[in-house]
Amino acid sequence: MESLTDILQYFIQNLINAAQRGSFYAVISIGYSMVYGVLMLFNFAHGDIFMVGTYIGFGIATLFLAIFAGLLPAPLIFLSTVVVTMFLASWIGVFVEVAGYRPLRQAPRASAAITGLMIGIIFETGILILLGAKRLSFPPLMESVTYNIGGVYFTNVKVMIIIISLLLMLALHGFIQKTKWGMAMRAMSYDFLAVPLMGVSINIIAPLTFAVGAGLASVAGILYGQAYPILDPYMGVIIGWKAFVAAILGGRGSIKGAALAGYLLGFIEIFVATIFPSTLRDLIAYSIILIILTFRPRGFFGMEHSTKLRL
Amino acid sequence: MRKIALLTAAALCVAMILTPAAFSARKTIIKIGINAPLTGDIPKVGEGSKYAAMLWLEDIEKMGGLEVGGKKYEVDLIIEDNESKAESAVKANTKMITQDDVLAIIGPQSSKQAVPAGEVANKYKTVMISPWSTNPNTTMDRPFVFRGCFLDPFQGPVVANFITEEFGSTKAAVLYDVASDYPKGLAEVFKEAWEKKHGAGSVVAYESFTTKDTDFSSQLTKIVKSGAEVLFTPQYYNEVPLIVQQAKDLGWKGPIVGSDSWGSAETVELCGDACYGLFFSSHYAAAGAKGATKAFIDRYEKTYGYIPDDVAALTWDALQLAQKAIQDAGKITGRVEKDRKAVRDALAKIKDFNGITGKMTFTEEGDPIKCAVIVKINDQGKYEFYKSSCP
Repeated sequence: MESLTDILQYFIQNLINAAQRGSFYAVISIGYSMVYGVLMLFNFAHGDIFMVGTYIGFGIATLFLAIFAGLLPAPLIFLSTVVVTMFLASWIGVFVEVAGYRPLRQAPRASAAITGLMIGIIFETGILILLGAKRLSFPPLMESVTYNIGGVYFTNVKVMIIIISLLLMLALHGFIQKTKWGMAMRAMSYDFLAVPLMGVSINIIAPLTFAVGAGLASVAGILYGQAYPILDPYMGVIIGWKAFVAAILGGRGSIKGAALAGYLLGFIEIFVATIFPSTLRDLIAYSIILIILTFRPRGFFGMEHSTKLRL
Repeated sequence: MRKIALLTAAALCVAMILTPAAFSARKTIIKIGINAPLTGDIPKVGEGSKYAAMLWLEDIEKMGGLEVGGKKYEVDLIIEDNESKAESAVKANTKMITQDDVLAIIGPQSSKQAVPAGEVANKYKTVMISPWSTNPNTTMDRPFVFRGCFLDPFQGPVVANFITEEFGSTKAAVLYDVASDYPKGLAEVFKEAWEKKHGAGSVVAYESFTTKDTDFSSQLTKIVKSGAEVLFTPQYYNEVPLIVQQAKDLGWKGPIVGSDSWGSAETVELCGDACYGLFFSSHYAAAGAKGATKAFIDRYEKTYGYIPDDVAALTWDALQLAQKAIQDAGKITGRVEKDRKAVRDALAKIKDFNGITGKMTFTEEGDPIKCAVIVKINDQGKYEFYKSSCP
């Protein structure tokens, strides 16, 4: 009934939609995996760190647009917004580690998990008190242009989101594989008891890990603000949960796995909604993930032994 | 010495027993509860309700109290936040009825909270007027629950008629939140009305999402592909900008039509020029208002700095209705259960009440018969009266 080009066009359209959605899950879920790799705990405040990062990005973007609009080219404003936001947001990560998790490093893992949830609630209500319950609209950092190639619609913003996310993940990969700090982080994830004896302080590596995770999340926040420009204090909750699912699916502690699973999650969500009635989207999407995890509980790239350790 | 101490103690006891009685004999305060979403998903709606109520209280205080049966009573507003959650709305109603002894409750605004909260009000036999809830279940089989606006089943056909006349479309798409009472109810009614008009299968795409979703790309891709000529989306102001923007990005060229939930002042603020030129059905339009409606709009704008949205106007009308019912009841006995019943009976009898959102008469279910307005978002982003549609 339908021609092949129609189906192909429809498929590619959804592929682009999924790549955008997946990019957010991927970049955010990396934050979960990194922290798990080093400290072997899931930072449940990460979704809210993403939210705070988005608000910081909103503040910086508004400020820079007010000062530099017309003076500097748009890409430069965008770049400086990203750099400044990343810098500020990484301090949020450091703060969470130092104030929230460090005092509980010897405590049972459950205490740390609960602390994460508490920090999340503090951030949500903090923003609520600070800025009020009014929704904010993220200013566009570049003019959106819609392209139509053979019936497939996409905007320059979408393309930018996908490319920047990939670049960020490549940069992170380089950082972890090529630098001394990255090596220390990798070493810590192999054995966090022995490595401190070699002179690598956990009190430096742990905050660094949180800072990198928060920095990444804040860039995701700026990109999120470009794609879905409505900010509210609870925006990090659902996306945080879903990114957490991606981190588990990718294999605890595996950054490569988290990125891959993030994209996979985006694809599953979009294509389930495409094929089945959209009402059933999350039900079917997360049932699929449950089935994958039943047969492969350690996720795609998780280490064999990690399933034996406590959460 | 002991005798004096004993006497003093006895005197104190007597005083303590007498004091509350003395107070209550001297003064009966009429308490009106406001159940509004001051925080949560739709805080702007809560703000509008609160501000309208404060203007009303100002009027009452200017008159030196509310006059009932020739006697002036002090009025107290109890404003409770329902956080835009059903549980909290139920809690707020229970608290106001059982602890604060309110005479009547105004709110909650959205059906998500008004449907469960109405259950509580009816159970405790307390008058509740929801100014903004359009879901039939809010008042159904609940003699104590009323509303200030028309119903979803009425808005659905109005929008379907309007789209048919205005755009001449025969194929429509619907995108709605399946987890929220109001959009879900309205989407169903619209679908039914549309298919009655244009035949089965004329709603070519009927897509949903759940509350807090921000990505509608797969649903909208389906809608664009379905060949629909018009998109109807009965969503709230925090979702409308995202839907409109994403639809345009995915190549949607047809009109997008909404319902009264678009009417918040923030829709255009968040959406920008992407929303200019779109239509929605509503209870009132600020631009082009006359008479008492204009007086209210001017006063609200002067006090709070922006033009009131429909929630504020409907809350105002609901409070006027409550005021009239209390006055019609004839007297305040101070026994709150009895007074509540009297207010309920008076409210049900109100005929041709001239509100700022139109003339109202209650049906047996406690739903007013009134007209709907089709609003156009004009090129300055203002809500403009486009045409009126009566049942």
